[in-house]
Formats: sequence, structure tokens, C-alpha cells
Amino acid sequence: MNLLNDFSPGLFVMQAVILLILIVLMRKFAWKPILDSLNDREDGIQNALDAAENAKKELQNLQADNERILNEARAERDGMLKEARELKTSMIATAKEEAQAEADKVIKQAQEAIKAEKKAAVADLKNQVAGISVEIAEKVVKNELADKNKQLELVSSLLKDVTLN
Amino acid sequence: MIAQQLRKCLVTLVFSLVSIAMFSSNENTTLPAQHANEHGQHNTTESHSSGGGLIDTKPEIDAYKKHHLADSHDFSLFSYTDSHGKRKHVGFSLPVIVWSSKGLVTFMSSEFHHNDDGSVIVTKNGAKFAKIHSKIYELDAGATAVKLDNDHHATNAHKVWDFSITKSVLGMLIAGLLMLLLFGGLAKGYKKGPIPTGFSRVLEPLVIYVRDEIARPNIGEKKYRKYMGFLLTVFFFIWILNLLGLTPFGFNVTGNIAVTVCLAIFTFLITTFTANKDYWKHIFWMPGVPVPMKIVLMPIEILGMFTKPFSLLIRLFANITAGHAVVMGLIAVAYTARETLGLAGGFGVSTLLTLFISLIELLVAFLQAFIFTMLSSLFIGMAVEEHDHDHAHDAEVHGAEDNSIV
Repeated sequence: MNLLNDFSPGLFVMQAVILLILIVLMRKFAWKPILDSLNDREDGIQNALDAAENAKKELQNLQADNERILNEARAERDGMLKEARELKTSMIATAKEEAQAEADKVIKQAQEAIKAEKKAAVADLKNQVAGISVEIAEKVVKNELADKNKQLELVSSLLKDVTLN
Repeated sequence: MIAQQLRKCLVTLVFSLVSIAMFSSNENTTLPAQHANEHGQHNTTESHSSGGGLIDTKPEIDAYKKHHLADSHDFSLFSYTDSHGKRKHVGFSLPVIVWSSKGLVTFMSSEFHHNDDGSVIVTKNGAKFAKIHSKIYELDAGATAVKLDNDHHATNAHKVWDFSITKSVLGMLIAGLLMLLLFGGLAKGYKKGPIPTGFSRVLEPLVIYVRDEIARPNIGEKKYRKYMGFLLTVFFFIWILNLLGLTPFGFNVTGNIAVTVCLAIFTFLITTFTANKDYWKHIFWMPGVPVPMKIVLMPIEILGMFTKPFSLLIRLFANITAGHAVVMGLIAVAYTARETLGLAGGFGVSTLLTLFISLIELLVAFLQAFIFTMLSSLFIGMAVEEHDHDHAHDAEVHGAEDNSIV
């Protein structure tokens, strides 16, 4: 087969023209819109994937935050409980102390009152005894005073017996 | 590449089988050629003066094959002899447009009456035309009939610029129209939503395939976009034309040397005119090698500029031509092996072999479109590649390999 003889210049020109027109038309009406749409779609998919990834990360952050807040709250509650317990113990202790002090005071006062009463009672008794003694002495004296000697004897004997406190 | 080697082996094998079968049969019984068409593709039988248009013997089959592989000025599906012994052609004629000594001349190819040996003369605008072996000749002034020498070359006629809508041009127009319809539809589909529907769903992955598997890795992420228009067009143009060649309409567009030359020249022009400084530097003054080497490498590199697109055009042409030749040869087995295998046997063997090789041709149709686009983008990629001088030499090693790959 003779290749050079088979080569048809006319066909070559027709092919060149058709191919050129086809390239121009296809670029304008097909390849450009197709490739642009493909790119747009791929970008869209990429963006959506990125957004999903970001959302996931945010969610994780949120979860971590929640966890942290929960832990903080728990720690705070524990602290508060501990404080309350301490307060309670200290309050009880103070109350006890105060009660003790009050009781001591009351006892002291009572003791003092008792002492004073006792003193008063002793004084009263003394007075009464003195009175009674005087009365007795009066009666005795009246009886005895008839005899002068006897009177004197009596006084002396009485005085002997009675010892003053 | 492996597939192609395999294919070549198969082709050789099949060819030898065919020739054995052809030699074994020399009889001259006739069968309506119409039968042949029922049988398979590419059997667009046409009348050639003698023998009543029947294709039965080895020389006839060879002539027929040669005729089919060449471009044709009319679109004929098949022909037959009617009860009155007249040859009938089924098909339609195509317009002939030629630039002659009398200017632009147009007429329908039917005026040649399917004649292909120059015996029918068409006179238009004062110029006389004859068709010899699918080529239009204008007769020299004063000549009334074509005189042929022993090699069937016209001695008193010359070729003219033939811009006819030949069968190949028709095929190209159909392919172009199909592409505009299909991919225009795909482009329109994106206006409705981001996901294509219907047949466009099949086309979209193909476009993505060319972009992601051919253009991007070879040209580079930054620059590939500019060349997508050419690469996509060429890929689908070649593929569709290859597939059209496998239909019974018998187009043989990509098996036409003029067509593949044109495609390769496009690649060559794009490569040459978009090439950057680095590319020219690597051709004329290779960096990183001693001066004597630079001088030796220069002519080799300059030659390489042309051998790259040349390999493209020869590869596509040879593969498609060989494919068509093999398919036709296998169909011819039905006639040539009739004596040895019997009528049914001949047809059975022919059908099986043709079916088998047609499946391979289906793969080749894609493969050749892929290889052409792939290598085009590789050449473009080499021309626009930006490289620092550390791995500059690597790129050239790549280039040298490329010529030997397929």
C-alpha cells in the first residue's frame, strides 16, 4: 500500500476544519460547563466534608466542655458538703463550750447563794439564840434575883457554860 | 501495552490462518453478495466493473479489502444483481466538491455510477472528471478518456483538491454531531442539578476519567485545564469514530492516513506552541551533560520533536487499518473455506473468528483513543513541565522511553 498515494490532501483539510470547529464548539457548549460543574461539585463535596469534620470537632469540644463543667460542679458540691460538715462540727463544739460555761456560772452562783444563805441563817440563829438566852436569863434572873447571892452564883455558872461563837 | 502486544500476536496468528484458508480455495461458484452483509460487519459490497460485483476469489477479496480501507465518495451498504442481471446498489450518493482548473465544482457522486476505474467521465463547468481508485482526477485539456499505464496510474489526468463530503467526512460529521448532542446534553443536565441523569450518567465518568487519569497526571495540576478542550475532543472523536468503524456501515475514518496525520499535527502544534523555555533548552542545549554530548544530543532531540507525533499518527492508522483488514479477512473465510469446510462449516468458522476479533477490536477502539490522548497529554506535559536542574535529566530519560513504549 502506498501511504503517500493514499494520503488525500482534501480529506486532510476537511478533517482539520471539522476538528477545529468541533474543538471550539465542544469547548464552548460542552467541556467548559461540564468541567466547571464538576469542579463546583467537587468543591462542594470537599466543603461539606470539611464542614462535617469541623462540626465533629466542635461537638467533641462541646462534650469536653460539658465534662469539665460537670467535674467542676461535682468538685464544688463536694467542697460545699465538706464545709457544711466542718461548720456543723464547729457549731456543735461552740455550743457545747458555751453550755459548759453557762452551767459553770450557774453552779458558781448557786454555791455563792448557798454560802450567803448559810451565813444569814447562822446570823439569824445566833440572834435567836441570843434572844432565847436573854429570855432565859431574864426568867432565871427573875427567879433567882430574890436571893442576891444566888443571883450572882447563877450568873457566874451561866457564863461558864455559855461559850460564844 | 501488554494488551497491544497480545493483540499483535493474535493478528499475526489470525492472518496466517486466513492465508492458509484462502489458498486452499480457488473455486468460482457464486453466491449473492447480499448474503455477505447478513453475515457481519464491513461487508459493504460494491460493484467493480467485472465479475458482476461478486467478491469470491482471493484477488477479488484483496481488491475489495483495499477498496474498503480507502475513502469512498458514496455511502453504499451493499449491492446485488437483480433478476435482469443488472447490478443494484443500496445506499446513497454523497456530494463531490473539488477545486479544479475551472474553480470550485460540485456534483453528486451518483454521476460516476459507482464506477471506480476512470471509464465514466463527468463533465462539469467545462472540466472533465474521472474517479480512479476512490480518487477524483481532472482530465488534462483535450483528453476525452483516461489513459492508464500498467500500474493503473492515469497518464493524462491529474489529481484535484478534493473537499468532497466523502464517507469519512460524513463519519466525522456524524461523530461531531453525536458528541455535541451527548456532551451538550450532559452540560445542560448540570443546570438542573449537580448529578446528571439518564445516559449522561455514563458519560460523566468518562470525562472524569480523561481528566483524572490522562490529563492531570501527565500535564500537572496547574496547567491541565487549558488543554482539556483538545484532549477531551480528540479522545471522544477518535473513540466514536473507531466504534463507528465497527458498525456494518463500514466507516474507516481513523484508518485514513490523512485523518491521523491531521490529529497528530494538532498535537504537534499544541506541544510546540505552548512549550516553555525549559523544553527548548532541553532540545537545543541539554543541561547537565558535557558540551560534546550537547552537540550530539541536539539533532536527536530535534528529530524527537517530530518522531513523537509521527508515532501517534502511524500507531492509530496502523491499528485501525489492521483491525478492519483482519475483520474483512475473517469474513472472507466464509467464501474461501467453503470447499474445504463446507457451506455451514465455512460460515461457522468465519462467524466465530469474526465475533472473537470484533470483541478485541472493541477493546482496541477504546485503547487507541486512550493511547492517542494519553501520549498527546504526555508530550504536552513534557513541553510545559517546569523543572529545576536536579531532576532535569530524569525528564529527558522519560522522554526517550516514551518513544519506545507503544
